[in-house]
Amino acid sequence: MARHRGRGMAAINYPIGMNLGGDPSQALVHSNPEGKFTVTLSAIDLGQGMKQVTRQIAAETLGVPIADVYVDTADSDTGPHDMGSFASRGTHRVGNAVAAAAKEARGVMMEAAAEELEVNAADLDTDGRGNIHVKGAPSRAISVKDVAVAAQFRQGKTIAGRGIFLIPLSEVNPETGEMSPVSCYAHACLVADLEVDDETGEVTVLKMTSAYELGRAINPKMVEQQLVGGAWMGMSHALFETPEPYYPDTAHGPRDFNEYVMPGPGDICPHDIAVLERPAPDGPFGGKGPGEMCANPVLPAVANAIFNAVGVRVDSLPITPEKVLRAIKAQGGARPQGAPGGRR
Amino acid sequence: MAKTPVQFRLNGSDKAVFVDGGENLLNVLRRGVGDMSAKYGCGQGTCGVCTVLVDGEPQLACLTLAETCAGRSVDTALGLSDGPNLHPLQTAFMEHFAAQCGFCTSGMLMAAKALLDRNASPTREEVAEAISGNICRCTGYEPIINAIMDAAAKRGGGSNREQGHARV
Ligand code: FES
Ligand code: FES
Repeated sequence: MARHRGRGMAAINYPIGMNLGGDPSQALVHSNPEGKFTVTLSAIDLGQGMKQVTRQIAAETLGVPIADVYVDTADSDTGPHDMGSFASRGTHRVGNAVAAAAKEARGVMMEAAAEELEVNAADLDTDGRGNIHVKGAPSRAISVKDVAVAAQFRQGKTIAGRGIFLIPLSEVNPETGEMSPVSCYAHACLVADLEVDDETGEVTVLKMTSAYELGRAINPKMVEQQLVGGAWMGMSHALFETPEPYYPDTAHGPRDFNEYVMPGPGDICPHDIAVLERPAPDGPFGGKGPGEMCANPVLPAVANAIFNAVGVRVDSLPITPEKVLRAIKAQGGARPQGAPGGRR
Repeated sequence: MAKTPVQFRLNGSDKAVFVDGGENLLNVLRRGVGDMSAKYGCGQGTCGVCTVLVDGEPQLACLTLAETCAGRSVDTALGLSDGPNLHPLQTAFMEHFAAQCGFCTSGMLMAAKALLDRNASPTREEVAEAISGNICRCTGYEPIINAIMDAAAKRGGGSNREQGHARV
């Protein structure tokens, strides 16, 4: 009886967002009389960082400090409509809507500033630190705060903007079955190194090595955070988690965390990640976002690595020790597939 | 049902509450005294989000009878910071991006505090062991372990500090 090393690889093209009737997101941006901005959304932050990313996008587009922007995702009853936080669509769909709304609000802000400075709005620029000045003449300036006060109390203007980003419904061509449901794909490749114990059927993932292409990483630390956490979840889905019963009677299915098995902090492995940034032409500042893609390639890579290690193809998830053992038994023992390039 | 008066110290201040027979500490914290930092996850001792310290020992508040806390000290994540000054563990969690949704965070912080209070320079394995009763769905544990190792190192322990797993 022995432990067999295996290496498996998987590459994916991952569509950002979905299209089952059109995929819109809306955003509203407005300033208060102090020149602080609120972005109102109905998409919510589940921990993936959408609030931070949309805050960065709004601040950058408005040309104001990030501390002066607040993102409010409080209430989908009163907020602008959004399809929601799923399908890895947050950065791309919501981010684009926020960029559009912030752009419109910036236009009003610049008009209001132009009126105060008695210049043409096209000659003005923001310094990103809370001021608006005449291009080439930084001393001819007014603070965003003073512009907001003037707009509110003298000019009677609302510094506000509306944004919508819509991927319209893609009709299916009845002749060919073709459709174009998505405009934007992210890509990844992941290699899993693991060990299979042919006596217990247990699989231990030893190392993951991956490359992700996800447009511009608008917040690189959060991208890393998602990729690390998502790979753990992919490993968990590949080898551990199932809401289905282990045996035919559903009553034997897991009912709680004692029975719903997941890898713990002692089961994690080193993960080398390379992030490749190729800004998407239709993404906000080129962003696509990682999202669900961070878990996906782990599953096929692990399945392939198990085949490489012991020569069995397990075609249902999760790949439990029981399934591995049954498959090894069915083929009369482990059949290591060897390593191209003489790795071992 | 008769209620029992229970006095205990919560994050250093005295509390007096009436508890139902069999009522658990988590319920008393969240409903009785309004400390929402300990979370309600599974309610059966399997997820760790309700971890608090009772006389310095980590305990699952959902499985702790409130009456057994009479006269004892209970510490929750709410008491970690000193006014605006975050606890070194909180700072480390922030700097290492060790929270995404944050639901596990207060339980993780308290499990980590219990560890560092008795072992100032734990190994990675000891850190993993200390949080092995706490489930995190988001982070993959790696950033949490890195944060706890870093907090230990900055507190002056951490002779066993090792490189984190993930490199970008
Ligand atoms: S709520 Fe106490 S362990 Fe889950
Ligand atoms: S950060 Fe979401 S459960 Fe740990």
